[in-house]
Amino acid sequence: MITARLYILQRLTALIMAPLVIGHIGVMIYAVQNGLSAAEILGRTQGSIFWALFYGAFALAVAIHAAIGLRAILHEWAGFNSMVLTIVCWGIAIGLAGLGLQAVYSVTG
Amino acid sequence: MQLSQPDQQSLKVRIWRGAGDEGRYETFDVPVLENQTILDVVSYIQQYMDASLTYRFACRVGMCGSCAMMVNGVPRWTCRTHVKKITDKAGSLTIAPLRNLPVIKDLVVDMDVFFDKWVRAEAVHHPTRSIEQGVQPVNEETAERQAANAAIECINCAVCYAACDVVASNPEYLGPAALNRAWSLVNDVRDGGREAILEAVSGKGGCHNCHSQQSCQKYCPNELNPTASIAGLKRETAKFALQNFLTPTKKDKAEKNMKRERV
Amino acid sequence: MKVTGHQRHGLWLAYISHRVSGLALALFLPLHFWVLSLALNDRAALDGFLSWTDFWYVKVAEYGLVFLLSLHFFGGLRLMALEWLPWSARQKTYAATALAAGFAVSTSFFLSATIYG
Repeated sequence: MITARLYILQRLTALIMAPLVIGHIGVMIYAVQNGLSAAEILGRTQGSIFWALFYGAFALAVAIHAAIGLRAILHEWAGFNSMVLTIVCWGIAIGLAGLGLQAVYSVTG
Repeated sequence: MQLSQPDQQSLKVRIWRGAGDEGRYETFDVPVLENQTILDVVSYIQQYMDASLTYRFACRVGMCGSCAMMVNGVPRWTCRTHVKKITDKAGSLTIAPLRNLPVIKDLVVDMDVFFDKWVRAEAVHHPTRSIEQGVQPVNEETAERQAANAAIECINCAVCYAACDVVASNPEYLGPAALNRAWSLVNDVRDGGREAILEAVSGKGGCHNCHSQQSCQKYCPNELNPTASIAGLKRETAKFALQNFLTPTKKDKAEKNMKRERV
Repeated sequence: MKVTGHQRHGLWLAYISHRVSGLALALFLPLHFWVLSLALNDRAALDGFLSWTDFWYVKVAEYGLVFLLSLHFFGGLRLMALEWLPWSARQKTYAATALAAGFAVSTSFFLSATIYG
């Protein structure tokens, strides 16, 4: 159920996310020291164009990457087919992108 | 083969009996011999215990691939599998027809789907020269020819096809053998169908569905590596798609116009 | 889930752990995004969720999540190396390395969240 185009998108978004994942885990290792609080986190992220771009790109890339990955699983393990599969996967991509960008805006806006 | 003596050890063998989706395992007690292959065991049962058992074999020396079956859950050539090496802890053997293929009867499967997918992958030779033009020389030293040679020994026994979980869960997936053959032709200078092959392996059942489980490579009795061949197809199809995207040929533009007119 | 005969090998396990970690992360993400979006209109609720991270079992769950992400990340790199770099016979070594790297990264996170925090 994965065609050449979907394969390319999957690998491309993976490459885009590679440095973002490293950055995110690094940030988490730093941020998680001495406990977490909203004020502490937002103090670092609010108004920051850099974090907005960083996590905005992350959210969009992960929405596409997860939707394609789930496409393979839904077809192979749940037996979803053609039309249903395409609709559900587009839904996942749009839903994750929407939620993700909302989260980015909430934290950096 | 000797008939069983009263004091000889015996082996419990479970064999799948049935046709299509229906069937059950039947148990036989087979005398143990010093050197015994799974094919020996199956032949013994059919010759001395139950003549109605149906199975396939031909060369019985590991060259033709006809005797492939599931042995204790693993696809193998039964003529090249020694009983002593794979009997499980309980000292029993379970023999079933190859996975992922329709069962005709007992241990015999219908290989049609397997061969159809070979053709659907365009993994067939596309000739370029006629007899008047003479034989095209092949340079054995090139990377492409070495890649083709590494994949070419496939005898289409379907062991890899039986081992693959993607084949099991995606009915359209062309499978490791067909894709491996397609890769050998993509690398063959004499083959004129490179684009046709790359397109054929880029669709819903194409090479991009491979998740690199590498069961095909692990169980291939000829020690081939379909995973590596499929990785090669992924690279070539991606480059091909990118080329077409960046510099569409006149043929691509004409096809796009035709599609628009049809709509 | 029973891992049957033909599946009992390391590279198959690498495949299944890559798939399961991806699936788990995909299921976790919407929750993660929703909690973060509370920063916009309900900071108190966000702080409520964040305070859960003081509990040891939540820290263990976080360790699990970071482990899943690291595993999926290193496993993905392994896959792309398999597909795009010249074939190496050391496939099992790479799979083991990806697993080890996943453990290393998530353990350093855990230490950061607990002992060194």
